Amino acid sequence: MNDLTPTREQRSAALEGMGCKRKRVEDIRFTQGKGNYVDDVKLPGMLHGDFVRSPHPHARVKKIDDSEALKVPGVLAVITAETLKTVNLAWMPTLAGDVQMVLADGKVLFQNQEVAFVVATDRYAADDGINKVIVEYEPLPPLVDPFKSMDADAPVLREDLVGKTTGAHGPRKHHNHIFEWTVGDKELTDAAFKKAEVTIKEMISYHRTHPSPLETCQCVCSFDKIKGELTIYGTFQAPHVIRTVVSLIAKLPEQKIHVIAPDIGGGFGNKVGAYPGYICAAVASIVTGKPVKWVEDRIENLTATSFARDYHMTTEIAATKDGKVTGLRVHVLADHGAFDACADPSKWPAGFFNIVTGSYDFPTAHLAVDGVYTNKAPGGVAYRCSFRVTEAAYCIERAMDILAQKLNMDPAELRLKNFIKPEQFPYHSALGWEYDSGDYHTAMRKMMETTGYAALRKEQAEKRAAFKRGETREIMGLGVSFFTEIVGAGPSKNCDILGIAMFDSCEIRMHPTGAGIARMGTKSQGQGHETTWAQIIATEIGIPADNIMVEEGNTDTAPYGLGTYGSRSTPVAGAAIAMAARKIKAKAQMIAAYKLEVHEDDLEFDIDGFRVKGLPEKFMSMKDICWAAYNSVPPGMEPGLEAVSYYDPPNMTYPFGAYLCVMDIDVDTGVYKVRRFYALDDCGTRINPMIIEGQVHGGLTEAFAIAMGQEIRYDEVGNVVTGSFMDFFMPTAVETPHWETDFTVTPSPHHPIGAKGVGESPNVGGVPAFSNAVNDAFSFLGATHIQMPHDYWRNWKAAKDLGAVA
Amino acid sequence: MIPGSFSYHRPASVADAVKLLSDLGDDARPLAGGHSLVPMMKLRLATPAHLVDLHGIATLKGIRRDGSNLVIGAMTTQHELLASDDIAQSMPILHEAALLIADPQVRYRGTIGGNVANGDPGNDMPALMMTAGATYRLEGAGGARDVAAADFYQGAYFTALEPGEILTAVSIPVPAAGHGYAYEKLKRKVGDYATAAAAVVLTMSGGKVATCSIGLTNVHETPLLATDAAKAVIGTSLDAATLKKAAAAAEAIMAPAADARGPVEYRKHVGGIMVTRALQRAAAKAK
Amino acid sequence: MAKTHVTMKVNGAEVEGLVEPRTLLVHFIRENLQMTGTHIGCETTHCGACTVDIDGMSVKSCTMFAVQAQGSDITTIEGMANADGTLSALQEGFRMMHGLQCGFCTPGMIMRAHRLLKENPSPSEQEIRMGISGNICRCTGYQNIVKAIQYAAAKINGVEFKEAAE
Ligand SMILES: Cc1cc2nc3c(=O)[nH]c(=O)nc-3n(C[C@H](O)[C@H](O)[C@H](O)COP(=O)(O)OP(=O)(O)OC[C@H]3O[C@@H](n4cnc5c(N)ncnc54)[C@H](O)[C@@H]3O)c2cc1C
Ligand code: FES
Ligand code: FES
Repeated sequence: MNDLTPTREQRSAALEGMGCKRKRVEDIRFTQGKGNYVDDVKLPGMLHGDFVRSPHPHARVKKIDDSEALKVPGVLAVITAETLKTVNLAWMPTLAGDVQMVLADGKVLFQNQEVAFVVATDRYAADDGINKVIVEYEPLPPLVDPFKSMDADAPVLREDLVGKTTGAHGPRKHHNHIFEWTVGDKELTDAAFKKAEVTIKEMISYHRTHPSPLETCQCVCSFDKIKGELTIYGTFQAPHVIRTVVSLIAKLPEQKIHVIAPDIGGGFGNKVGAYPGYICAAVASIVTGKPVKWVEDRIENLTATSFARDYHMTTEIAATKDGKVTGLRVHVLADHGAFDACADPSKWPAGFFNIVTGSYDFPTAHLAVDGVYTNKAPGGVAYRCSFRVTEAAYCIERAMDILAQKLNMDPAELRLKNFIKPEQFPYHSALGWEYDSGDYHTAMRKMMETTGYAALRKEQAEKRAAFKRGETREIMGLGVSFFTEIVGAGPSKNCDILGIAMFDSCEIRMHPTGAGIARMGTKSQGQGHETTWAQIIATEIGIPADNIMVEEGNTDTAPYGLGTYGSRSTPVAGAAIAMAARKIKAKAQMIAAYKLEVHEDDLEFDIDGFRVKGLPEKFMSMKDICWAAYNSVPPGMEPGLEAVSYYDPPNMTYPFGAYLCVMDIDVDTGVYKVRRFYALDDCGTRINPMIIEGQVHGGLTEAFAIAMGQEIRYDEVGNVVTGSFMDFFMPTAVETPHWETDFTVTPSPHHPIGAKGVGESPNVGGVPAFSNAVNDAFSFLGATHIQMPHDYWRNWKAAKDLGAVA
Repeated sequence: MIPGSFSYHRPASVADAVKLLSDLGDDARPLAGGHSLVPMMKLRLATPAHLVDLHGIATLKGIRRDGSNLVIGAMTTQHELLASDDIAQSMPILHEAALLIADPQVRYRGTIGGNVANGDPGNDMPALMMTAGATYRLEGAGGARDVAAADFYQGAYFTALEPGEILTAVSIPVPAAGHGYAYEKLKRKVGDYATAAAAVVLTMSGGKVATCSIGLTNVHETPLLATDAAKAVIGTSLDAATLKKAAAAAEAIMAPAADARGPVEYRKHVGGIMVTRALQRAAAKAK
Repeated sequence: MAKTHVTMKVNGAEVEGLVEPRTLLVHFIRENLQMTGTHIGCETTHCGACTVDIDGMSVKSCTMFAVQAQGSDITTIEGMANADGTLSALQEGFRMMHGLQCGFCTPGMIMRAHRLLKENPSPSEQEIRMGISGNICRCTGYQNIVKAIQYAAAKINGVEFKEAAE
């Protein structure tokens, strides 16, 4: 009999709790084609909407003639800005405090801007319709180069803002200026530069790119005239925020709006914002009384909804001769396109870019960011990163390499010399953050030992000598990157979206049979929340993860939450889950004490139930406690076993990592090969190592794409030239390198389970590793900084400019 | 991205297809694998009123020998080319190049006839056909005629095909046993057209190049035969100076467009490198 | 435009429908047959999310007209589970090796891998990478997809699956 009693290890394993490589719950449906994505939603009588878009980057709209379109069989309506004006929706507010045209109102400001919305019985008729709408334009001079935005003679882009000298974030210096944002001590920093023994200065650009998840943005809006209710199925990373925004701008009572985010085919920041398609589909449904579906195609996705980056960062470091950094000065020119539609917390016009001091102990720093308008698509979303953290990490990691080169020091040594030391945590950075925890030296040394860094440097020296002797045409680069992220937005004291604090939430209901449901304010787009959230609960309350169902994405049933982006789910919602579970556990303890006839304090939690201290045979399982919660609770206690937690984090979390990229480049063609890529991540407590590894692989692949070619490019006259997966570099399994992953664990001291979040780290740390590898490869030929993306022709051009090819 | 409306025809013989095309006139287009045409139709860059699907014509499929020629039916897919032992052995450059076209799914549908008839300078087969000295059989209401691949391409999307004609087969003289070959293609990723590519077929004798022909893909509005470059290597052992001369001669006839693959100068430069590398690899393979 | 009557076999069952000649096969499958496992990721023949198996070939169903599939034998992701409803070797491999995240590319990947393993039952890593190069995944970085296919190959071949050393 005794042999059959499970051991503690077996009981613990049966829970599949934290630390377990639990296989994903979601996969059962996804591998059978039974996911339910927005385009799978089909409502009776559903119509389709499609956009007429502008071929011009900047033009006056003289006339829109829809008469031929309305003759197309199946076309029911053509909505223009004039239609939208009747319901006060021709313009919509952006998350960044600006306003954006829903449909062209008098003018178009970027190529492929939404001009009219054709509503038809099916997507074929809608497409026929858009081809018959005739729009008369008067082209205006386009403004493409952000460095010319504030020229005295630059064209006026935003006529609606003429005369407005103050924007959402303070004074505007020019008609194309959006905001200036400064942080840090200017005087002290200037003084540090005056005294400096060594300085570097470089304009480091992070080009415009796009998150482009495999599923584009889409929605189905259904307005019920009788009930006055609007139901929206959409690809939303933050469904509750969408509900509130719709309520505010459409003036519908919030309880009458039902937002449902079903399965989402990837987000990466693309699905945070509110787009004209959503508004138009909603208005079309209100006008026609029928459900209306809008599905963006890939060209529209790449060229109209939410670019990322486009930061041009003039960066200076002051240092001593022996390589101690003494000051950092950064000026950013931020190209926001035609409207400021950045998806940052409201008070942060440049996101958390002030994490730009990175992992280093800068005594002083100063940062200024100028946002400007151009004739390009709006956006500025966090493409797999916390708000503008990728830009910041790229900026400082590139600059540290430039400094190392100037000092003739090894880049890894320079970093080790300047890292914030373990004993300095919690560390207050010169630009205002409090880093929670870190052990950078250990992570860096582990990376160097595991990869054989010293030997690789030796090999590089030999290859360089061989190249100089003319024996090879291949050069080798080592890209070191050591990033510190800031994620988990965020504490209500400094983070809100349109005034709503950036908490997150969890509601857990345990059922009598020892099963339960957890409902969340977050929304998975592939991160596997249904799997990992249950693991946290399993460990916290001792119920097998398999018995916990996780539900997200329905605003009627889920508690209010701010959604999933910026690696905030684990730091914020993960904490809410633990706190809700602990409330359940506390009540369970009272019930167990009553049933076991002891005082609560005499009980201890033991894996999957409570045990009387010193009396190991007196034990009540959580399963039995659940049952008891519904029939024999202590006198005076309410029956049931449920809890809700709204978690307002006390601080952000600061994941970090040490990456190394080994790359070989053929100077004659510019063709590169990533020989090796090693990524060590420290994301604190690890909930599901399998999922963490998957997130790292995915993030590194995106970083690889961005650094090596993935670019949204405009020609000199404002035509966007990268509108498909052929020209917008989207690597396949053949181009994608093999990834080596590793980790250290430095828990967050303020998070209930010590977890920091990982989804975006590999993108943040990966891009500088690739770019530093390219730059390192060329450095012995005299290069200091080569701009991204490092596609083949640009590598060849670098070689040519350096005299390495004829 | 929805194609415009059209009516669909599926003839069972070449004669029927030709008749349909001549009856329907300019508004009709043959449909082969559809992997160039359908994407264009979805963007409404092509809006044919009639599509004449060639899939119902059994005689357009298959690979056979006709004397010393390899005759490939127009509707033979890239996948079928790759599966053919005869091609792998007697015409291995065709195998090598087919594998560099797009991806597995595209190769199951895309046909050799469509690839060579399309007239897109980015297609890989045309330069190869020119290099191999292939001829195309064209059939129209007025009968059949053979046109050398080298005479077929007139400009981007302009070919010797007359309205109402279809290309029914390509005929390739089997290269000499022991020939050397290589197709060098630089592309950014799987699924991309060439930044520049070069096809080389040569024979060696006593360590020297005896015969050579060189074709170029996507460096001009049509595929090119680099005759001067080929001449420059004959009788040489492909020493460094000769290779340089050949690359320069090839670059001299290139006129690529600047695009996301790179500026003109780069595309010409790598075009020259593709020629050099293809020559070297072909020579190494020759027996 | 006049509609055409089409019949074909999908996942073993005879199906029929009325379509315009221009109706893309992917829309016929998703809208007329209401099998929504086949996805649309790019519409420009690059991503492979719409891949189905037609008469023994992997085809991007966004680049073929439904009328062209007249009389053909099609398998979609909905037809991939074992007869008893359990996950097939490939489906299981994707789950065991964490070969998917958002799941949007997964049906196309599995359909492509299915044909790949039929043609090459024991592919090398390089052959797998080439074999799935017509399918884009934005989430996984492919490494675990490669493992998932290796897992399935081993299972189908009745040999023990050994994860490649990292
Ligand atoms: C993602 C992607 C990547 C690609 N990459 C490459 C690449 O790297 N290299 C490459 O070479 N190709 C590439 N292609 C194109 C592919 O090889 C096409 O299949 C090929 O160009 C056309 O062949 P098809 O059979 O599909 O012809 P279709 O698309 O059916 O026809 C193309 C044109 O030729 C005409 N036509 C077709 N057959 C005949 C005939 N027998 N007689 C007269 N006219 C005819 C048609 O009317 C049409 O105008 C790519 C395609 C895609 C979608
Ligand atoms: S949707 Fe068909 S290939 Fe992308
Ligand atoms: S799992 Fe999301 S695209 Fe592949």
